[in-house]
Amino acid sequence: MPWDRNQMAARAAQELEDGMYVNLGIGIPTLVANYVGDKEITLQSENGMLGMGPFPFEGEEDPDLINAGKQTITELPKTSYFDSSMSFAMIRGGKIAAAILGAMEVAENGDLANWMIPGKLVKGMGGAMDLVAGVGRVIVVMDHTNKHGESKVLKECTLPLTGKGVVDRIITNLGVLDVVEGGLRIVETAEGVTEEELRAATLATIVD
Amino acid sequence: MKKVYGSAAEALDGLLFDGMTIAAGGFGLCGIPELLIDAMVESGVKDLTIASNNCGVDGFGLGKLLDTKQIKKMMSSYVGENAEFMRQYLSGELELEFNPQGTLAERMRAGGAGIPGFYTKTGVGTVVAEGKEVKTFRGEDYILEEGIFADLSIVKAWKADTTGNCVFRKTARNFNPPAAMCGKICVMEVEEIVQPGELDPDHIHLPGIFVHRIIKGEHEKRIEQRTVRKREEA
Repeated sequence: MPWDRNQMAARAAQELEDGMYVNLGIGIPTLVANYVGDKEITLQSENGMLGMGPFPFEGEEDPDLINAGKQTITELPKTSYFDSSMSFAMIRGGKIAAAILGAMEVAENGDLANWMIPGKLVKGMGGAMDLVAGVGRVIVVMDHTNKHGESKVLKECTLPLTGKGVVDRIITNLGVLDVVEGGLRIVETAEGVTEEELRAATLATIVD
Repeated sequence: MKKVYGSAAEALDGLLFDGMTIAAGGFGLCGIPELLIDAMVESGVKDLTIASNNCGVDGFGLGKLLDTKQIKKMMSSYVGENAEFMRQYLSGELELEFNPQGTLAERMRAGGAGIPGFYTKTGVGTVVAEGKEVKTFRGEDYILEEGIFADLSIVKAWKADTTGNCVFRKTARNFNPPAAMCGKICVMEVEEIVQPGELDPDHIHLPGIFVHRIIKGEHEKRIEQRTVRKREEA
């Protein structure tokens, strides 16, 4: 059985180490926060906050306190606030240890596409280009194939890029792959998924 | 010099002209200069170029200036919350320059700091880099981005003293300080005006030198995505 959304998030949480400052994208990456266990992880929200807390209790929403997805959130005792240029100083400056992001396509050279489909509604890249250019480690969490069953793990991206050669590790419903010299290396497969199945769903070059 | 004005319209008096460039603070609907936007709608000023991370939502925030077709061009990182925006953009009525969020913030900060350009690795190898100078530093490619020098900044803070020293509240700070810095004139709206000395000088987020006109008013502070948890989960 391939991993479901929560299992993918739990696997991604294993990438995080005690003391890390981390930025989580929208979607499955947001769920990673539920699986960090006893590790002291500080979540950065690029609209200007370190130490993001959970959603507020009903009636305690504060319009001045939102995350990068514009959702109401809460602060923690360790929270700090800052402006957008300071926020991206820590992102671009390599102070954020890791970003966990969703993707439309990833290529074997680490190219990432996750912001634009030409001819469709274009909303913008937000902070994604800055994050992938700047943080210590970029981990992509996504389904291995799209809804038509086509691989999202490619030799070359077909969509406009968010970043070139930026992805370090890919976690999909079928397993975990690292971007290495010459292509992707299989780190592990999801429980019940064979290496052959993972290879069959992957268009990228797999190296041993 | 008197910085405190009685209303948003008074504070903008003599500052607006067609075709001008404006830097606006706010992220989504958080920390946006609601009152100054309303006054700009009233003024009828048009052909605006606005640097702002987002463009409000339909009928609120900068979305109001879209409804009245006062905006010619947006410089933003994310505009997905606004149907009228998409309609005007797809029909060619509205120009859009996408900037990565951190690049937009730094372009404002740089403009305000007297820095006309800087190199960043954000966007290298993407459409954002097209037409921009590439320079190699320490073996890595960077692209040249230009500082933003706006005619006017419209921003929102929590509290200011009468000299413009101000503090922001929580994530409503966001783009407000860099947007405030990059305008020739900065007009700020706040929830409370206090006397000099009432704010701790060590706790000022933006010194009054960047702020030229101040107004106080009531803010709606609309919430874009209301997310909550149940008490039992605590």
